[in-house]
Amino acid sequence: MSAPEASSAAVPTLMTNNTLRNAFGGVLSFFILLLIAVLAFSIRLFSVIKYESVIHEFDPYFNYRVTQFLTKNGIYEFWNWFDDRTWYPLGRVIGGTVYPGLTLTAGTIWWLLNSLNIPLSVETVCVFTAPIFSAFASWATYLLTKEVKGAGAGLTAAVLLAMVPSYISRSVAGSYDNEAVAIFALIFTFYLYIKTLNTGSLFYATLNSIAYFYMVCSWGGYTFIINLIPMHVLLCIVTGRYSSRLYIAYAPLVVLGTLLAALVPVVGFNAVMTSEHFASFLVFIIIHVVALVYYIKGILSPKMFKVAVTLVISAGLAVCCAVIAVLIALVASSPTKGWSGRSLSLLDPTYASKYIPIIASVSEHQPPTWPSYFMDINVLAFLVPAGIIACFLPLSDASSFVVLYIATSVYFSGVMVRLMLVLAPAACITSGIALSQAFDVFTRSIKFQLPGLSSNTEVDAGETSSATKEAQNDAVKTEKAEETSKDRPSRKSKKKEREHVEKPSTKTKAEKKRLLALPLEASVISLLLLVFLGAFYVVHCVWAAAEAYSAPSIVLTSHSHDGLHVFDDFREAYAWLRHNTDVDDKVASWWDYGYQTTAMANRTVIVDNNTWNNTHIATVGTAMSSPEKAAWEIFHSLDVKYVLVVFGGLVGYPSDDINKFLWMVRIGGGVFPHIKEPDYLRDGQYRIDSQATPTMLNCLMYKLSYYRFVETDGKGFDRVRRTEIGKKYFKLTHFEEVFTTHHWMVRIYKLKPQKNRIRGKTKKSKSKTSSTSSSKRSGTRKKNPWH
Amino acid sequence: MEGPIRAREALALTLFSLLFFLSRSSALHDLLISNAERRIDLSSHIVKVYLTLKVENAGSSPASEVVLAFPPSQVDHLATVEALATKGKRKKTTFVRLEVKPTELPDAPNDTKYFTIYLANPLNSAESITLEVLYMLTHSLEPFPAEIGQSESQLVYYRDSALVLSPYHIKQQTTFIKTPSTKVDSFTRVEPTNRAGTEIKYGPYEDHTPYSFSAILVHFENNSPFAVVEELVREVEISHWGNLQVTEQYKLVHAGARHKGVFSRYLLARLPPRVHSVYYRDEIGNISSSHLRTDSRKSELEIEPRYPLFGGWKATFVIGYGLPLQDFLFESSEDRRYVNFTFGCPLMETVVDKLTIKVVLPEGSKDPSAVVPFPVDQHLETKYSYLDVVGRTVVVLEKKNVVPGHNSHFQVYYTFKPIFMLAEPLMLASAFFLFFVACIAYLHIDLSIRK
Repeated sequence: MSAPEASSAAVPTLMTNNTLRNAFGGVLSFFILLLIAVLAFSIRLFSVIKYESVIHEFDPYFNYRVTQFLTKNGIYEFWNWFDDRTWYPLGRVIGGTVYPGLTLTAGTIWWLLNSLNIPLSVETVCVFTAPIFSAFASWATYLLTKEVKGAGAGLTAAVLLAMVPSYISRSVAGSYDNEAVAIFALIFTFYLYIKTLNTGSLFYATLNSIAYFYMVCSWGGYTFIINLIPMHVLLCIVTGRYSSRLYIAYAPLVVLGTLLAALVPVVGFNAVMTSEHFASFLVFIIIHVVALVYYIKGILSPKMFKVAVTLVISAGLAVCCAVIAVLIALVASSPTKGWSGRSLSLLDPTYASKYIPIIASVSEHQPPTWPSYFMDINVLAFLVPAGIIACFLPLSDASSFVVLYIATSVYFSGVMVRLMLVLAPAACITSGIALSQAFDVFTRSIKFQLPGLSSNTEVDAGETSSATKEAQNDAVKTEKAEETSKDRPSRKSKKKEREHVEKPSTKTKAEKKRLLALPLEASVISLLLLVFLGAFYVVHCVWAAAEAYSAPSIVLTSHSHDGLHVFDDFREAYAWLRHNTDVDDKVASWWDYGYQTTAMANRTVIVDNNTWNNTHIATVGTAMSSPEKAAWEIFHSLDVKYVLVVFGGLVGYPSDDINKFLWMVRIGGGVFPHIKEPDYLRDGQYRIDSQATPTMLNCLMYKLSYYRFVETDGKGFDRVRRTEIGKKYFKLTHFEEVFTTHHWMVRIYKLKPQKNRIRGKTKKSKSKTSSTSSSKRSGTRKKNPWH
Repeated sequence: MEGPIRAREALALTLFSLLFFLSRSSALHDLLISNAERRIDLSSHIVKVYLTLKVENAGSSPASEVVLAFPPSQVDHLATVEALATKGKRKKTTFVRLEVKPTELPDAPNDTKYFTIYLANPLNSAESITLEVLYMLTHSLEPFPAEIGQSESQLVYYRDSALVLSPYHIKQQTTFIKTPSTKVDSFTRVEPTNRAGTEIKYGPYEDHTPYSFSAILVHFENNSPFAVVEELVREVEISHWGNLQVTEQYKLVHAGARHKGVFSRYLLARLPPRVHSVYYRDEIGNISSSHLRTDSRKSELEIEPRYPLFGGWKATFVIGYGLPLQDFLFESSEDRRYVNFTFGCPLMETVVDKLTIKVVLPEGSKDPSAVVPFPVDQHLETKYSYLDVVGRTVVVLEKKNVVPGHNSHFQVYYTFKPIFMLAEPLMLASAFFLFFVACIAYLHIDLSIRK
């Protein structure tokens, strides 16, 4: 990035001293950026060093599996991939339902490396994709902030972003998820938008649409862009900031961007059909009307223009009302009012928990708590307001965009904890601006106060150790304003640049400098405090990266007085399934473990983390909450051979199936009403001890979790629920235990084959007399949705 | 389908044997075995058979070959056959290793397979020689009952003949079968048969004609772990920068009684000394249960599969490690080097059904040749590794039925010019140089259309 700067410095100018300084600043910021990239990459390697180079959690395993398929079979097979290993017996069209950006990116990196004969495995490439892209993201932040407030703020923002915990949580090595590349794409799209806005160049506008296309490929969060940019355009128009640059920045993005977005199979016609995109089209119309108005204003005399305005407004209002009415009617006619469930829960935070338990059951869809803000963006939370104020001094198109970005992302992060990730870059940018401006003011007043330095010009401002960088870049900034007239090819951009950079710099130089000069002691102390604040942030980030966000969650560790304990039960179970069951066996488990089972055990699953079919998930939930026989029938009708449950009671692993069980009941009961949540609760309390309801103690989940559990300690003490279990001694009639891992965290059961007909007949005739079994049988018929 | 073919083959064989009987029989039947003593060791899941033969030349012409016969059921499981000739008397006996090769004899009854021992000095008429033969059988213990409970002990069948199968007349013979414990469920009696402690004695039997056979069945307890590596691929990559990288891919199976046999969770791999950067993983990541102990003579890696292996269960894993090159690479002549490495499986007491060793020579090496003390299948491959242009020559050695007895050294000779070591660094340096030149050029050329 700074290479052209350095070269521009090489062009001989009148002020050789300044040229040298300019070149030095360019090289320096180049190396600083390089170091930032190294920092961003290496702070994410804690997971590899502390654990191992392995794919993390749930969704990354799916992405990894898709990438494996892509690298093995090629891009055409990938688009047509119908996956029969999941959602049995429905299957899933992967090519058309997945955001392919991440997969294609990693696949391309892998292909490139292998064509250079660097034989890295697909897994290695996948593990390190996220750290690499976080380095790119911090560069993109530098570019964006530089467009807004100059290189100093850019570098500060880049450093902040490189280690912001919120972003680290999604991009540690191994966390191979869409967000890993999407955040880079998001920031880069915003940068190109601002760049187009500042330069008015069609070249950047085209690049912007391509970056937007990449973002659409990568993440469903692209709707944030396509709503935020129109909002900003509207804001600019309303505040009277309309210019041809704004038009160039927006119109091509909508046209090209929408066309390109429609090319992605998973988006397709949604790019024009769903209400998430309507705002952009509406603003597209508005900006054309405004452009027309400005054009007419240019050719007409002011008097004539006034007449024309009154004419058009009276006629236009009528037409507008009609159009809006039609639009509203169209939107209202669709059942979800044209909005998808996740988007609706963004606008109405209570929507999901009211209507869609499957969305509400995911912890990352819950609203965040206050501590999580402090955990995830730390001191940035306090710097953001200062940054917003700095954005208003003076307000430009670009800085108003940053203000809008931070405002909307704060709202969205408040709705869904997962969207904290969108807030993080905005917080970094505003905090970077705030920090850089603060340093600016303090160093300038120190320089002003010190008699020895004030005699020199501002050249030696960088003496104050901590402020070297900022001062240098400030200098770079001012000189660039003078130099741009020679270097920049586009006249418009040059003018813009000068306007936007010179305004603060000359002004501050001339008058503000004297006005804003603070006392020397105050400045020094404030500087020290700022450095201290920064140090605190760094310490927190390193701690968060090392301790909080690096656990791969498939391997658990615990420290106790006798050393480190490793709980590798998940992989133990998956490896067992992989090697000791038949290739086409179907494994049923709760949907959380679907992706991992297909990726690690290579076995067909019934439901997985792509929760597209609520009924299917409800079927599994129903089976888990039914008594053994009914559950066996449901599983048997689904061709299931093995049932996998996760049980944490022996070692105290809290996120096990018993703790998730109420969600299974809720989701199952949502589709099959004979499963009623109150049946599983004793006086509204969820318990598994002797006070538990008989329905609870007889359901399949309870039995599979606690089968033979009493043999471990003789009492059956559950360490997660901290209680003795209610029913200790029981036998399984329709399932048999085939594998239990070392710490009992994963238990695999096999469905017993159907009994011989004759035996069944005699039993039936015997039991026909008892009324309970007959009612049960009629119940099972209802319970089994596949019959 | 097979039946008629067998019949036709048998018919053809009898015809051939009639034709060849006169010409070949003299060579075979001039020899006779005056005393045969066989000790069968069944204590582990690898069956070791020690056979002592006293061979006499009863014919008139000197004989230079002695033929051993094996029933077809054993040949498939035969891992190794070694023969020693004893020299000298009593305390001064020395052993001379003799060459043993599989041979085909046309008049083989019942598909008998043969191995020929080539004597160092021809055996003259009326002379006699004592041969010590050791052969090992894998997969010869059949668990019965095939499925057992967790607490039950494992019982296996061993099938053999009470009489030594031989194309020669045997005057006197004895067979001892050593079982791992005194718990022997049943055994076939071929009188005289004795059982004392852990030993069953068949014989002595007098004067048996060639190809005498008397099937026996021993049913006994054997609780040793039946660790079988179905497939092992060892890749040895030589880097002249000072490292020898070994990657071993295992497909392990517990071949004991199905479902609930016992398997010691721990496996011990004996690796060469000065081993470094050891890893132990499978396709889904690192396996955390392993311990490495090193001393100056050897390194021992104690590994545990991801889950305990019950009978019939399978597991796969990869062990990789680096070794200092100077311990294994030697110069033989100008530019000619050889690498000296161990054949066989580093895991203790395991059978490998199929072993593939790939020696990846550095890029630019020529004329590879392998020297292995026993017959193996060889071919060449090409592998592309880090920044290779022409690829690396890979010498592939394949052998089936490998037992710990095969853990001997083999050598791969090749020619390599040290200048090739610099190829990749030079390539990288020039690539970066060109990149920087291109950058400088780009920055100094004005490509704008407008002035």
